[in-house]
Amino acid sequence: MMLDLIMKLFGKESSGSKNIAKERLRLVLVHDRVNVSPQFMETLKDDMIKVISNYMEINERDMEVNLTTSKSSVALVANIPVNRMKRGPMAMK
Amino acid sequence: MGEVLVITSGKGGVGKTTTAANLGTGFALTGKKVALIDADIGLRNLDVVMGLENRIVYDLVDVVEGNCRLKQALIRDKRYETLYLLPAAQTRDKNAVNPEQMKKLCEELARDFDYVIIDCPAGIEQGFRNAIAGATEAIIVTTPEVSAVRDADRIIGLLESEGKSNPKLIINRIRPHMVKKGDMMDIDDIIDILAIDLLGVIPEDEYIVISTNRGEPAVTHPSSLASTAYKNIVRRLCGENVPLMSMEVRTSFLSKVKKFLKL
Repeated sequence: MMLDLIMKLFGKESSGSKNIAKERLRLVLVHDRVNVSPQFMETLKDDMIKVISNYMEINERDMEVNLTTSKSSVALVANIPVNRMKRGPMAMK
Repeated sequence: MGEVLVITSGKGGVGKTTTAANLGTGFALTGKKVALIDADIGLRNLDVVMGLENRIVYDLVDVVEGNCRLKQALIRDKRYETLYLLPAAQTRDKNAVNPEQMKKLCEELARDFDYVIIDCPAGIEQGFRNAIAGATEAIIVTTPEVSAVRDADRIIGLLESEGKSNPKLIINRIRPHMVKKGDMMDIDDIIDILAIDLLGVIPEDEYIVISTNRGEPAVTHPSSLASTAYKNIVRRLCGENVPLMSMEVRTSFLSKVKKFLKL
């Protein structure tokens, strides 16, 4: 602790470049691992349709499900047009 | 039936061939019957690391194409009775062999040998697919660098999609001094990222260069760091529970004083 403080005073902050390596690796892998197979996305889409169909009628043809990446994160973005809400005990308030 | 281990990494230059040579020789030192296969067709290397380059008559492609019998192509290492090498072809390319043929070859060898160790070429193309085809277990070699760990991650994914799950990891060329300074990723960092089982850690060791110069795998040395690390890995693969060797950096009083004065 004390040594660190003295080091800092003398402008010799320990570089700790391993933390830079770890962070860069984390980001690179986030992007690498996004490259999933088309079958993976199709299966995911089918499962989503199954679940959502319990609650509403959706336009499966125009439905879009994609993984998008920004600089530091990955998001699953879905655009699902709804044709009609289902009436039923679940939907009633 | 023997085990068929493939040594792979994705990235080149991380120590696949050195690892294959040392594990093979290490097993042979314990009396196990071992066949080393150099699957890097076109860029034959395992033969020189083993010091067997002058004894090659037939190679892997000759066996696959039926130009000779398997027994004729296997070079017996005269120093270790139970160690054999099947060299890669030097004048052909990776497409001279296909995964089906490799599978058949590995099965045939596994009937006669306790361990079949395949030295996989770098990359993820045909050569990689050939090398892993017949393997029952995969060992991934990486170094504590961003590029090597990234490629290792890719390889883990590819192995999984080929139905080879639970590969084991060897972290090669760790430099304890740099780890201590926080300038090199340590074992935990890498395991954390790759999330696979650790098989062993090989510290950076100048003796590896010397042993490769001589064509005698480092594992035959009685006490070098890398030698001990490889022997430990061999014991772990044989089912023994061997703790990781200490990477403790000893700092002498003098070096502490020097460091202090350099502030």
